[in-house]
Amino acid sequence: MKYAYYPGCSLTESACEFDVSTRLVMERLGCELIEIPDWTCCGASAAEPVSRLMNYALPARNLAIVEQEMDGLDVLAPCSACYLNLLKVNREVVGDRRLHGRVNEVLAASGLHYRGEVRVRHLLDVLKNDVGAKIVEQKITDGLQGMKVAPYYGCQILRPYPVFDEPGRPVSMEPFIEAMGGEVYRFDMSNRCCGASLMMGHPEVAIRSVAEILNDAAGADAIVTVCPLCQMNLEAYQAKARKAGGQSVPVLYLTQLLGLAMGLDEKDVQLAANLTMTPAVRRGIADRAWAVPAPGDEDETAGLNG
Amino acid sequence: MNGAVRETWSPASEADQMVLKELRETVGACMQCGTCTASCPNWHAMDITPRAMWRMIQFGMLDRILESKTFWMCSACYMCTLRCPRGLKLTSAMAGLKRLAGVEGSRSARRNQAFYAAFMDDVEAHGRVQETSMMQRYFIKSRDPMLPLSFLPLGVRMIGKGKVHLPGKGRGDVLRPMFAKAREMEGLS
Repeated sequence: MKYAYYPGCSLTESACEFDVSTRLVMERLGCELIEIPDWTCCGASAAEPVSRLMNYALPARNLAIVEQEMDGLDVLAPCSACYLNLLKVNREVVGDRRLHGRVNEVLAASGLHYRGEVRVRHLLDVLKNDVGAKIVEQKITDGLQGMKVAPYYGCQILRPYPVFDEPGRPVSMEPFIEAMGGEVYRFDMSNRCCGASLMMGHPEVAIRSVAEILNDAAGADAIVTVCPLCQMNLEAYQAKARKAGGQSVPVLYLTQLLGLAMGLDEKDVQLAANLTMTPAVRRGIADRAWAVPAPGDEDETAGLNG
Repeated sequence: MNGAVRETWSPASEADQMVLKELRETVGACMQCGTCTASCPNWHAMDITPRAMWRMIQFGMLDRILESKTFWMCSACYMCTLRCPRGLKLTSAMAGLKRLAGVEGSRSARRNQAFYAAFMDDVEAHGRVQETSMMQRYFIKSRDPMLPLSFLPLGVRMIGKGKVHLPGKGRGDVLRPMFAKAREMEGLS
């Protein structure tokens, strides 16, 4: 399976551990990611409040490159905002003749044109529908030993266009947590907004959301995310969230946890880059969940597992 | 109530009227059920509920709308859009209100728009967003000397984690022609 990989700006900046772990895990699962040549920013959630046309033209530029130069491969985006902006072009521009014409007029300034034939996929969509939890289970070498994992889905992979999961009660990460030998920690706020870019202009509003989400997930050993902004908001502001009544919970990317369970080491998936993954937290999780069985035990249980 | 009476509530400039017309089309079919307000995670920070906001757009109450901070509190989570029984693109309407306030350009709008504007300036300059240069632009645009200080502790932690990259040339001017074309087409300077 081949995909046109759209890392997005965050994954080249503060969320590099998401990029590294996504590439490693997808390679082990037999997916070839080919980075889109000369890709540019999708506009995130900042374009629409500034320019309606650029909100569509920025992501459309990348789809046009895939359509023209990459034989129309499916685009794989690990970031929720990138995914939604790219998807919006197909849902809101293609099919609206006037808007489609205007967006192509902007693209023409760079010698590009988008017909509307590239399929946009989120990482989780590909994991669920193209790979499947069964394949993942076969690759697991270091099971999570019942570690309680709270899946946090955030907003934009579910809404406003539900493609691969139930937006009111998402479950698409659960089979993967179980495949890794973890225990799913269900919580009501798994699809509640983290505050997104309000953390910049009105942090008091976003912190309140983060505190509520962390409190709801507080019984878990860790939260897993599939979005760089969810990850940043949930882990970087935990000190402020504590002042607002929230509790601390370690947060990491789903792909980092998958990598660890597939036998990659902490350096491979850049676990040290996570703001909540201090050495003490890592030891704590290791003691509770990633307890490596003594060498003798492994032989005894091999027969049972096999 | 006829059109002439509504106009007298909020005499609007031509540029405003364009955005307002788009917004009226977006929320014109709102039946005031309030599902949007009940779905909003940031309702507590708003001075006018989303439901009332759509009504004010239908009536063209531009000055009252622009006084409100409601739309600046939208974090684009799309819960209202998902749940709207009329299928209206309400999150896009909130973004439209941000654009409308930006065109108007009051002091509070400039402050609230600062992050989005800084982000887009950085995209135009580098093709991809570079977090350090984008934050510098944001700090300058916000004109709030306390703002950089509030991000200092996080910045130091991120440097320690190797998450801070020095800004470079990026992809250079690759997006400038598209930005220029869109400005020309949207009539924004």
